[in-house]
Amino acid sequence: MSFQPVHFYQTGTFTVGNRLLEASERSVQANIERTNSLNSGHRACQGCGEALGARYAIDAAMNAARGRLIAANATGCLEVFSTPYPETSWQIPWIHSLFGNTAAVATGIAAAIKVKKQKGQMGDVRVVAQGGDGGTTDIGFGCLSGMFERNDDVLYICYDNGGYMNTGVQRSSATPPAARTATTMPVGPEPGNQFGQGKFLPAIAMAHEIPYVATATVADLRDLEYKVTKAMGMRGARYIHILVPCPLGWGAASEDTILLARLAKETGIFPVFEAENGEITGNLKIRRKQPVEEYLKRQKRYAHLFGKKPAVATIARLQAAADKNIRKYGLLDQEAN
Amino acid sequence: MLKQTEGSHAVAEAVGLCRPEVICAYPISPQTHIVEGLGEMVKAGEVTDCEFINVESEFAAMSVAIGSSATGARTYTATASQGILFMCEAVYNASGLGLPIVMTVANRAIGAPINIWNDHTDALSQRDSGWIQLFAETNQEALDLHILAFKLAEEVSLPVMVCMDGFILTHAYERVDVPTQEQVDAFLPPYEPRQVLDPTDPVSIGAMVGPEAFSEVRYLAHAKQMQALELIPKLAAQFKTIFGRDSGGLTHSYLTDDAETIVVAMGSILGTIKDVVDEMRQAGEKIGVLGIISYRPFPLEEVRNALQNAKRVVVLEKSLAVGIGGVVSTDVRMAMSGLQLEGHTVVAGLGGRAITMKSLHALFAKAVAGELERLTFLDLDWDVVNKQLERERTTRRSGPAAESMLRDVGVVAARIG
Repeated sequence: MSFQPVHFYQTGTFTVGNRLLEASERSVQANIERTNSLNSGHRACQGCGEALGARYAIDAAMNAARGRLIAANATGCLEVFSTPYPETSWQIPWIHSLFGNTAAVATGIAAAIKVKKQKGQMGDVRVVAQGGDGGTTDIGFGCLSGMFERNDDVLYICYDNGGYMNTGVQRSSATPPAARTATTMPVGPEPGNQFGQGKFLPAIAMAHEIPYVATATVADLRDLEYKVTKAMGMRGARYIHILVPCPLGWGAASEDTILLARLAKETGIFPVFEAENGEITGNLKIRRKQPVEEYLKRQKRYAHLFGKKPAVATIARLQAAADKNIRKYGLLDQEAN
Repeated sequence: MLKQTEGSHAVAEAVGLCRPEVICAYPISPQTHIVEGLGEMVKAGEVTDCEFINVESEFAAMSVAIGSSATGARTYTATASQGILFMCEAVYNASGLGLPIVMTVANRAIGAPINIWNDHTDALSQRDSGWIQLFAETNQEALDLHILAFKLAEEVSLPVMVCMDGFILTHAYERVDVPTQEQVDAFLPPYEPRQVLDPTDPVSIGAMVGPEAFSEVRYLAHAKQMQALELIPKLAAQFKTIFGRDSGGLTHSYLTDDAETIVVAMGSILGTIKDVVDEMRQAGEKIGVLGIISYRPFPLEEVRNALQNAKRVVVLEKSLAVGIGGVVSTDVRMAMSGLQLEGHTVVAGLGGRAITMKSLHALFAKAVAGELERLTFLDLDWDVVNKQLERERTTRRSGPAAESMLRDVGVVAARIG
């Protein structure tokens, strides 16, 4: 992408250190002055993708807002593991109200800031709202759509781990087809989650023609920082949807969080792109296309597809969906094929 | 300034004078005229430094209010009926967070069957939500209570509902005295929150509280309402010095001192009851009225003091606790505990059924004669009820009753008389 002055995969991995870069090109996380918005000591599981994503996203937002940021948080893992009373991991003004109203609470905060600014009682302060996929694509969907439609000055960040992990891994409308959850058990003639029409919120956000929509994963943290920074440079309703693997809910090894996020992108299962005013303006290309099995087989939520009799037809359907994403979002360079 | 104006508009003017900073609006009858009025005032620049937000639901209305109030903005919204049920989760949240939001509830019935007319079921469904609930008797009182509500809310850090009868007050044109901006400013200082979302002093609001402190937090909510109980009469006294009239307070007594029969009620029906009481007094009957303004906190002591010398108490309420009887009566009984009084619950005016002076005369006469039952449904059409009960005795099938009952009533348009 155009923002990227250095190809980070020059060593064959993504692990190139910031020491190879000019100070101005280093990541927000590399800066000793970073906020640590979500401070250490919280109670997330080992390998939690959401904690990693939130830390990078909110620090980048804080950096862009020069430390003047308020966050609204939906009920969910991020809320519970960060603020068991009387402790808090948040180093920024932060409010949790309910599960389904975070976008509206953020609208209220933005409205109050606007009035306080007019009155000269407050400088410029920016607003971030954040929630999991359940709080965003299901119960908070109405409030989120309202916030988009009014184009309120809020950056909403969804940490998508594909289910209600905080309540014990139940299905959400972001749970992928065939995945096992506590409410889509791998039993009966069609084990795991149903193949529905899908509810890919970034596309729905784009349909609102809001100024900025982007997807990201915790495998490409520079890309995530870039997108948050870009979003913070804009006004109005903005939406970033981050894929955050959940070792507990996905039945994956804690050390595989980054790998799984990368495989989600490299298989085409999770398209990484950005859009402005409803039109796609850029994407992250797949570097080495992987078959979906590489992604699926590392997760116990798909174990029922790989027994003695592999569910070939189901895997083919999942592969077809990934291929459709690749076509739809132009994820493969023609030359690279 | 004296004006002949609609109740909703009087409330809109009062809220405008309170210098609100954020107003959330979502339409539901019969509160719509209030937010329409405020929207126009903000757009026309008559109310300045205020964000008027058209939200997508009542749940969003209260949620936006939570965000703006937590950021230090004086915040207002209005709702009714199904709207208050739809925002219920956020209603509890606002009081739990101690946010001094003021909300008008234009009281209306709750369905099914859907009904847009007045009773108190909506507000009373939120009686345990932790909000202060004040009931207006007249349009003047509705106007005044909003000014008092902002002050009270910000003093005790609790949200306040101002409840006014839908249509009967909201849509009635009456004379009201609209105060000046100077008067309101003298009474109501700017909102100074003790805790606010502020980057210069970051706090976490709304953390999870476990068994180790939850009881204490809930007790403090109760303690704040007990403080409000003491504060409400003081604010009413302050109000009088600035605005020159009695408004607010915990209760209104009318001819209760020597009364043998006291009727207890809330809201606009008090006017009709007073008229009946006047007529019965002329006929020599010792009867009086106790109006409850502050339903939450409930003024147990004032109610007890007002009732203790009476022989009988009739609680006339526009609400029904299905399966037991009255809602307000339960609280009045609590106030009367230990007193040897005859207590009666009268459920009246549900879904806009008119409560006529004629019916009240008959009702109170029956009470005085010792013939009133413990629980009465005023002007119930027993023919309709008995036909339906008979139908249900003869067929096992379940389902909604309203349609067949309407057929028995024999009219298409609602009969409110």
